[in-house]
Amino acid sequence: MILDSKSPIGPLAEKWTKHKFNSKLVNPANKRKYEVIVVGTGLAGASAAASLAELGYKVKAFCFQDSPRRAHSIAAQGGINAAKNYQNDGDSVYRLFYDTIKGGDYRSRESNVYRLAEVSVNIIDQCVAQGVPFAREYGGLLANRSFGGAQVSRTFYARGQTGQQLLLGAYSALSRQVANGKVKLYPRTEMMDVVTIDGHARGIVTRNLITGAIETHAAHAVLLCTGGYGNVFFLSTNAMGSNVTAAWRAHKKGAYFANPCYTQIHPTCIPVSGDHQSKLTLMSESLRNDGRVWVPKTVELAQKLRKGEIKPRDIKDEDRDYYLERKYPSFGNLVPRDVASRNAKDVCDENRGVNETGQAVFLDFRDAINRDSEDAIRARYGNLFDMYQQITGENPYQTPMKIYPAVHYTMGGLWVDYNLSTTVPGLYSLGEANFSDHGANRLGASALMQGLADGYFVVPYTIGDYLAQIGPAPVDANHPEFAKAEKGVKDAIQKLLSINGTKTVDHFHKALGHIMWEYCGMARNAEGLTKAKGMIQELRKEFWRDVKVLGANEELNQTLEKASRVADFLELGELMVDDALNRSESCGGHFRLESQTPDGEALRDDENFAYAAAWEFMAENSPETLHKEPLVFENVKLTQRSYK
Amino acid sequence: MKLTLKIWRQKNASDKGGFVTYPIDGISTDMSFLEMMDVLNEELAIKGQDPVHFDHDCREGICGMCSLYINGHPHGPQQTTTCQLHMRTFSDGETITIEPWRAKAFPVVKDLVVDRGSFDRIIQAGGYVNVNTGGVPDANEIPIPKRVADEAFDSATCIGCGACVAACKNASAMLFTSAKISQLAMLPQGQVERMSRAEKMVAQMDEEGFGACTNTGACEAECPKGISLTNIARMNREYFSASLKSENV
Repeated sequence: MILDSKSPIGPLAEKWTKHKFNSKLVNPANKRKYEVIVVGTGLAGASAAASLAELGYKVKAFCFQDSPRRAHSIAAQGGINAAKNYQNDGDSVYRLFYDTIKGGDYRSRESNVYRLAEVSVNIIDQCVAQGVPFAREYGGLLANRSFGGAQVSRTFYARGQTGQQLLLGAYSALSRQVANGKVKLYPRTEMMDVVTIDGHARGIVTRNLITGAIETHAAHAVLLCTGGYGNVFFLSTNAMGSNVTAAWRAHKKGAYFANPCYTQIHPTCIPVSGDHQSKLTLMSESLRNDGRVWVPKTVELAQKLRKGEIKPRDIKDEDRDYYLERKYPSFGNLVPRDVASRNAKDVCDENRGVNETGQAVFLDFRDAINRDSEDAIRARYGNLFDMYQQITGENPYQTPMKIYPAVHYTMGGLWVDYNLSTTVPGLYSLGEANFSDHGANRLGASALMQGLADGYFVVPYTIGDYLAQIGPAPVDANHPEFAKAEKGVKDAIQKLLSINGTKTVDHFHKALGHIMWEYCGMARNAEGLTKAKGMIQELRKEFWRDVKVLGANEELNQTLEKASRVADFLELGELMVDDALNRSESCGGHFRLESQTPDGEALRDDENFAYAAAWEFMAENSPETLHKEPLVFENVKLTQRSYK
Repeated sequence: MKLTLKIWRQKNASDKGGFVTYPIDGISTDMSFLEMMDVLNEELAIKGQDPVHFDHDCREGICGMCSLYINGHPHGPQQTTTCQLHMRTFSDGETITIEPWRAKAFPVVKDLVVDRGSFDRIIQAGGYVNVNTGGVPDANEIPIPKRVADEAFDSATCIGCGACVAACKNASAMLFTSAKISQLAMLPQGQVERMSRAEKMVAQMDEEGFGACTNTGACEAECPKGISLTNIARMNREYFSASLKSENV
């Protein structure tokens, strides 16, 4: 199969307008005859479900949480980018496009990224009209800040809770359509499979998490807005329930999975404190504007710190290594996320880590407090300092923060074309669940932008073209494919319940996380990845032989839910390793030790790897087939990123 | 740390339920409360006993999914969410009592899990501005004084966890409902439907079986996000003015 991105031809700035005009429309009177399923109610899912219902389609929306408002988009802190140029500082759609392509280390599709920048301005208008209380200036107009090292101030924000406010806006639009009877809501319901008929997505199989009832739902199209797969690492900044199941089951039904090895590891998270740790907490990267990152120069001092024999303040300036300032004099502590993370790992690998586990570096505000006063620092970061103290019990005004990188976002996902359609016609993927817009590295404040762009302003146009072509005849809910998929789901659940082994689900999840973090984390090489592949295969076999899943299907059974998700992570993990092995270049969040510049920076190989790697599932426990979508750059020139 | 946990166990909505006592050892003061519960559940699972079910998701205090009534307080002794409560708050040897939210409008699903669908239905009754996607004015067309935007944000910061209801002796949802009514009543975008919104949301709140407000302020004292009682005063004012205008009935 040849991967057709369906990118419109013609000048970049006219592609989307032309494409919208060339797309077929569904007659308004016919729209109510079409049913659309939306899985996931985060920014992408809630905005898509609301917008499609407003157009007149009959929508069913599913989420595994008890309310659509709990989706993990809610946890995003920093902000949302838009090329409004309200600050008169030289921003434009083209500049946002260019920054996003470059930030993604030239591994995303030009046409998609340009469209993202183009519709970014509409998102802000929409959210304000819904009553989202963005930060404002004294004159009453919207405030902006510069974020993630951008040269212009284009980030809109609502204190440190931008994701929450945007999601509550989309949730309110969704709630309105529920009240109007246009959306039927299915909370505490998990998608277990996609039903395909003659190669088209025609519905899903779900499990009611309260009663355990397995049900089928027929529709003309299915939208997967189910977020990222960072929890494959066990420890990440994702919510506990975030999982890959919907995307993975779709993958096994024919949707290609693209660039699974692209994961973003965020440098400023609270370090792991012990084996009991269940998740990691992100601290906004704005802290690096004033905090200085360091470790002791010598292993001896680091060991004394770890044993508690000395305090950080006892270490003199000449014995400290401010390694980011030393190695990157022009960017210093503000180097991009991937560079900051990798360097923290390097110094800890040299046994210079500063907490009990040796997996932490200092982020020190001493100099900023001496320069600007404690009150000034409190005004800037008060809530973050409080959060840090709440979790660690240490006062960051008096002793430096300890931070360490953590898995935060996954750029890979289901392969989609310009219409956000996967390789299965009728099956769409939006938001973090797809692979499209961030290339190999996502810039700060771009995730919220993409989720809402896909849901409010892209899919409502592109889905019409498909629906108009297939026509409004009802989907036959009695087609044997529904019963077959339903039986497959029931069998898989029974299999999990019948193993009755000796090890818990978390045991396997943690073991997988260790393998992924060690060999497919911040730095990867062929040797480690090959080893990891074997280890994952072994672990998967052991899981299906020895996992202990208690209880029954016909009840609220959180262990069973988790087991079913971990089973999918155990398969995805191997594909991530395969993808990382195949991509022997370094790019963005994917750093191959074999591919670095003489001074240890990531070295891209544009000649051989300027493509999106889309993997096709063949059969259980068989290698997947790689398809390549060449990335063509007609508008930007590929350059090496440098922060020296 | 060594602790004794008295936990409410209830098989399903129709089961009567009751307390079961579990001793637990080896708890680190660095653990969060939910990580302590994870440790207990791992131990139960290895012994072949059904783990204690509880709601949780983001574990960073923003999704509003976690609940738990700990030692007589929603989200425990501190004004934070349960997921942000750490074991260093407790002392070695302590007995901790853990119950679900208790309110008629939040029926228990299993163990410590309750159904908070009533909150969603209150929002569906009118907690939004009636605008479709597209065709809205430019975001800077209507200036909003910073003070107003900040105050609206303070109301909008509610996470919908239900601690206010659990804290209230009448199981009233006034703090939750008033936070949304206030947010939209303060912003220019919410003016057009201001009156009907207050009426519809209050009516839905009553229909769900939440109690009345007797101004004890327990909700504000226990709210992990510091939502202020001022919102309730504002809602009462909104509701009163709406009921004086017949076209909104």
